[in-house]
Amino acid sequence: MNTIDKKRQRVFHLMLLLPVVVLFVFNYLPIFGIVIAFQDYQPGLGFFESRWVGLDNFKTLALLPDFMPALRNTLLIALFKIIGNLVIPIIFALMLNELRIKWFKKTVQTVTYLPYFLSWVVLGGILLDFLSQGNTAGDAGLMNRALLGMGLIDTPISFLGDKNVFPATVIISDVWKNFGYNTIVFLAALTNVNPSLYEASAIDGAGRWKQTWHVTLPGITPIIILMTVLSIGSILNAGFEQIFVLYSPSVYETGDIIDTLVYRLGLVDSQFSLSAAVGVFKSIISGILILISYKLADKYAGYRVF
Amino acid sequence: MFAKNLSTGRKIFIAANFVLIMLITIACLIPIVNLLARSFSGSQAIIENRVTLWPVDFNLEAYRHVLNTGEFWTAAWVTVKRVLIGVPVNMLLTILAAYPLSKSNRIFKARKYYSFYFVFLMVFNGGLIPTYIIVSQLGLIDTIWALILPSAVPIFNVILVMNFFRGLPEELEESAMLDGASQWTILWRIFLPLSKPSIATVTLFSLIGHWNAWFDGLIYSNFTSNYPLQSYLQTLVVDIQSTLMSGDLDAIASAMNVNDINLKAAQIFISIIPLFVIYPFMQKYFTEGLTLGSVKG
Repeated sequence: MNTIDKKRQRVFHLMLLLPVVVLFVFNYLPIFGIVIAFQDYQPGLGFFESRWVGLDNFKTLALLPDFMPALRNTLLIALFKIIGNLVIPIIFALMLNELRIKWFKKTVQTVTYLPYFLSWVVLGGILLDFLSQGNTAGDAGLMNRALLGMGLIDTPISFLGDKNVFPATVIISDVWKNFGYNTIVFLAALTNVNPSLYEASAIDGAGRWKQTWHVTLPGITPIIILMTVLSIGSILNAGFEQIFVLYSPSVYETGDIIDTLVYRLGLVDSQFSLSAAVGVFKSIISGILILISYKLADKYAGYRVF
Repeated sequence: MFAKNLSTGRKIFIAANFVLIMLITIACLIPIVNLLARSFSGSQAIIENRVTLWPVDFNLEAYRHVLNTGEFWTAAWVTVKRVLIGVPVNMLLTILAAYPLSKSNRIFKARKYYSFYFVFLMVFNGGLIPTYIIVSQLGLIDTIWALILPSAVPIFNVILVMNFFRGLPEELEESAMLDGASQWTILWRIFLPLSKPSIATVTLFSLIGHWNAWFDGLIYSNFTSNYPLQSYLQTLVVDIQSTLMSGDLDAIASAMNVNDINLKAAQIFISIIPLFVIYPFMQKYFTEGLTLGSVKG
């Protein structure tokens, strides 16, 4: 048995060899590469020859006029996205749960989670056209024409070009992309609520609304807690791909986020070290928050990630 | 629509709920249908903004034009290549990692070290710039490998498959071992055939991921001829933005019923046709996959 077991251990190590090597090169090496945040990195000199500058990049960062707005925008957009992506799917799942017509329920789900499977490039192309302000009211996108037609607005709104409107556009379009998919999770939890609880509460004279409040919602509270807790870790992820596709210099003030700032500093302006410093800042805070969220998920929802 | 013996209030609620759900569902589709209609519409109708949800002056010129565009096909080929290589690579590495990790710490002695190695990467990452530097130092820029190797081990998928493997009865493995089967045989002949739903889910995740990815193509290519389809589309979409803002629509309108809007719309819709083809499979497996991946003790 012992030799068989030894052989088995060896096979396990062998299986893991390739994934471990790939992760080492493409995920661990970049973590070591964070050293450039403490250097004046020059691509020609590489990691080893570049000059060490200690915390200079972080000092520059603190003084960078774009940094604080980007941090604030990131937190605000991410927070509202988290809330929207929890509340709307829960309400929608409760509504769908009341439906008795199977094919209709299925069709609704099929349609509403379609945007989830499309990339932000495709959705961006669709939204840029749909939300366009146009030069005259005549060539505005369908959204503005509809609002004008209903008499809700007098002049077309610049959904993507007005810095006061842009964050709302980003949040709502993100919910549009994701709510159908997120609904599945809550709907699955709803169908698992014990039916005898409904019967018992009906005997006790509870009406439909009371049942929803006292039976249905408590029934899905664990999954709501779990989803909330796990989303803590994404508070610094405001959705890079989406904003990258939709934003423009006219909305940087309210729409620029940490990830887009990292991109512009690093890959457009070639300030590798400064950009990496912003990245390190984000990585560390995100990492701590993710760890906390995993701990909380384990404690309150009995959920183990690995 | 109504069951018998319902109170009036209940009936009103059911009807209102039904209508509201229908409106939300339709609203979700409107932006997509709007652009789809434009892709089939004539140039003049688009400029005059007469297209809403149904094509005006229906024609296929935009699609014909796109299918004759060399850049479109070049980009589509890059995407096909990345899917054909990337998905099998993802699956191979996912399964190879998931199987040993699905064993208990008692059976696989070193498991806890490996799981730390994987979990650490779910918590921390090097970020955009260091990753870019590594990829470029390895000389992968402008090669297909830059689109495949950095995301070759999708840790979320590993967890999903690992959890599924864990749910299979341990006796299966024990009895196979008594029959002298090696671990490779057990994985290939017993575990994989029994895990079809989770393998299918993960394959779809990987397929959609590769099909939709565009940012890596954008940063890891110096030449646009190496762009996958979605990166190529991104450059077009950014163009739509500048066209819409500068507003010289009349300038680009041509007599052949092709203009920027319907041309780009046509490319966007051609790019998502493959997703529609696999959509029925997605529906079948994603719900399963999602519930598999969540709540597991």
